[in-house]
Amino acid sequence: MAVVFIPTLLQDLTGGLSKIEASGATIRDLIAALDQLHPGLAARLTEDDRLRPNISVAVDGEISPLGLLEKVSPTSEVHFLTAIKGGRQSCEEDCLSG
Amino acid sequence: MSSQFQVVGTRPVRHDGADKVTGRALYGADIQLAGLIHGFVLRSPHAHARIKRIDTSKAEAFPGVKAVITAADFPVTPDRIVDLGEGDTPLSYVRGNMLASGKVLYKGHAVAAVAATNVHIAEEAASLIEVEYEPLPCVLTAPDAMKDGAPILHDDLRMKELGEATDKPGNVAEHFRHVKGAVEDGFQLADKIIEREFSTATVHQGYIEPHNATALWNNDGRVLVWCSTQGSFVVRDVTACVLDLPVSQVKVTPMEIGGGFGGKIPVYLEPVAALLSKKSGRPVKIVMPRQAVLEATGPTPGSSIKVKIGATKDGRFTAAQATLAYEAGAYPGSMVGPGAMCVFAAYDIDHITIDGYDVCVNKPSTAAYRAPGASNAAFATESVVDELAETLGIDPIELRLRNAAKEGTRRADGPKYRKIGCVEVLEAMKNHPHYKAPLEGPNRGRGVAVGFWFNVGLPSSVNIAVNADGTVNLVEGSTDIGGTRTSIAMQAAEVLGLPAESVLPSVVDTDSIGFTAVTGGSRTTFATGWAAHDAAQDVVRQIKERAAALWETTADKVKHSRGVYSCNGKSATFAELAAKLGETGGPVVGRAAINPRGVGGSFSGVITDVEVDPDTGKTTILRFTSFQDAGRAIHPSYVEGQMQGGSVQGIGWALNEEYYMSADGVMQNSSLLDYRMPTSLDLPMIDTHIVEVPNPAHPFGVRGVGEANIVPPPAAIANAIYRAAGVRMRRLPMNPPAVMEAVWRKP
Repeated sequence: MAVVFIPTLLQDLTGGLSKIEASGATIRDLIAALDQLHPGLAARLTEDDRLRPNISVAVDGEISPLGLLEKVSPTSEVHFLTAIKGGRQSCEEDCLSG
Repeated sequence: MSSQFQVVGTRPVRHDGADKVTGRALYGADIQLAGLIHGFVLRSPHAHARIKRIDTSKAEAFPGVKAVITAADFPVTPDRIVDLGEGDTPLSYVRGNMLASGKVLYKGHAVAAVAATNVHIAEEAASLIEVEYEPLPCVLTAPDAMKDGAPILHDDLRMKELGEATDKPGNVAEHFRHVKGAVEDGFQLADKIIEREFSTATVHQGYIEPHNATALWNNDGRVLVWCSTQGSFVVRDVTACVLDLPVSQVKVTPMEIGGGFGGKIPVYLEPVAALLSKKSGRPVKIVMPRQAVLEATGPTPGSSIKVKIGATKDGRFTAAQATLAYEAGAYPGSMVGPGAMCVFAAYDIDHITIDGYDVCVNKPSTAAYRAPGASNAAFATESVVDELAETLGIDPIELRLRNAAKEGTRRADGPKYRKIGCVEVLEAMKNHPHYKAPLEGPNRGRGVAVGFWFNVGLPSSVNIAVNADGTVNLVEGSTDIGGTRTSIAMQAAEVLGLPAESVLPSVVDTDSIGFTAVTGGSRTTFATGWAAHDAAQDVVRQIKERAAALWETTADKVKHSRGVYSCNGKSATFAELAAKLGETGGPVVGRAAINPRGVGGSFSGVITDVEVDPDTGKTTILRFTSFQDAGRAIHPSYVEGQMQGGSVQGIGWALNEEYYMSADGVMQNSSLLDYRMPTSLDLPMIDTHIVEVPNPAHPFGVRGVGEANIVPPPAAIANAIYRAAGVRMRRLPMNPPAVMEAVWRKP
């Protein structure tokens, strides 16, 4: 199974776990599997079937240009990285709801 | 030079050289169109104030005025996140920074704009616009802005604390944390721990060409823009977004660019000029005055940084901790994220915690500046590392080598490094004649430091059309700041087996090439060069087919080597085959559009010797050697130029440059006379040493060299000042008064 590193910003949803093993063929699959284990992760990572604007994903050390479509292997190391450009919460909520 | 290449690693004359040295190159301010009128932007005299009323009637009635606009002229659309080229930002912030609505957040914040038959009329009419302000208290530094009771810039801003939304209003937009290992456990293993606090001033990129934009809102509804930008597609997309137009309705033509360094990624003028054009029915040109460039475009953030590093007696780092608070300026989005990624990037440390704070203050909204956020962070880390080296009695380069990051080292923000050149850069420094040369004389000292920038990929597109005379036209969308026309053309030439001069590069408008991301993040020679490589391969494939048609064989049997095509004893040069395109099937155009992986980060280093005048505190740079891992130096002269440019900017940042602010938030040195950037008279020759640890993912091994070179200079100079004057400088700039104050306070 792929090893997913959970950033500090999301560890409130994983009970403090910083690494979780999950299986899936793509990042989309992995997030679905993670959400089964720790409900709420998918909502924090994605919106409108895309990674949220302040989230990027690195697979085996490489920032993916494909996001949810990126393929992963059972030996992959996956990192969700948070960007902080912008970040007004109310706006993001507006965007999410809009 | 790498012998396996014919073109890569050589130093051909740049393709745009003649136009540049004869003054024929066309910049944004050179644009002339039929019926052109001129715009002027009215800016706030207050650093923080509520706008109670704007009356434009007198300006509108002024003879010669064709249009007046305020933020009320922007279309009303729901807020959303837009991509500014190197990050995502709410549309409301983008619009709010172009023309203020409700509040002004810094001195120089745009409030209204006028278009008139000449710029003098526009400026005079702008002075007739009545703006009633309710001045508010301002806050100018991150530590002050983080205090309870500080003036609040955005009433609706709620802090995000470690990813969780809070209901706490304030100026801190975000607090994030990177954790690796258990930092307190790591400090328990240390024999020596040093913790210091640092601050850096707001500094500007200092590009010589001011921002400018000319826009024509045409009768067919299309908006045509000519401007100075690092990313024509970013201008297109942001302009379309702000004006609520489909991107297909905006065409952006990038003019030559007189410097950017990250500061010409944000969009300030183009939508304003477009709205003025829509109202007036005329093309409108706006050229920003120098004072506005300094007061109202994005400098790099001032910062407050605390760094703590523990080490064993034998010089092994056991733990490191950093807290970085960066000034975002008027709107959230400082470069604290990249700063946090880079603060300990040069070292392999098991236990790390990094906290970052993004803090709004009443200064212009900050922008990227050459390895944004990393120079601030390296100033702190490399100063502490130098102090540890002295305390432990270990040579400062040797201490760095013992802890250097290498392939497989996991950074605090998560991913492991692939092939990197940190050790190779340090070895080059250690073995360089400069490091071995004696430094004699009083008040002199030598300092070293290293730095890192991760570089980026992002999309690029290239088309290559074959000419009948055996040359090719290469069309690209990357604006050329540092000679990238040539470094990109050379990569195509290498594949085609042609001289660099036979590839004729053009940077074109957004209608004429596929999407290409900004010239930034040290990506252009890497990514657009890669696209050129792929487009050239597409040309080679098609030329093989043409040769096969001539020789009545199949393309797979045609061989290509260094511009000569052969099969079964027959051969022809590229030029000979190009001359026969008409009879073998018509034009040949190669294409590539890529979104590359395999980005290779770049490490850099500096050795510098300084002399500090004991009476004045003035620091003179005696000798300066810059080292950088280029991966592969496509055009070594341009790599050296980037290293020299970044070094000079780093020296300015170290010794002189700062936004000198009055208590009420007014920049006191908003001219290039008073904003003191280094000139050739202030500097020695900047020597360079290119390290080549090829990036295994790139066809030619390119990493990208535009940025990492600015990271170590301030720390290296601080370390040299310590050895010259006996004082540890922990604030930038280290100008004469600051050095003298430190000397006087020395126990």
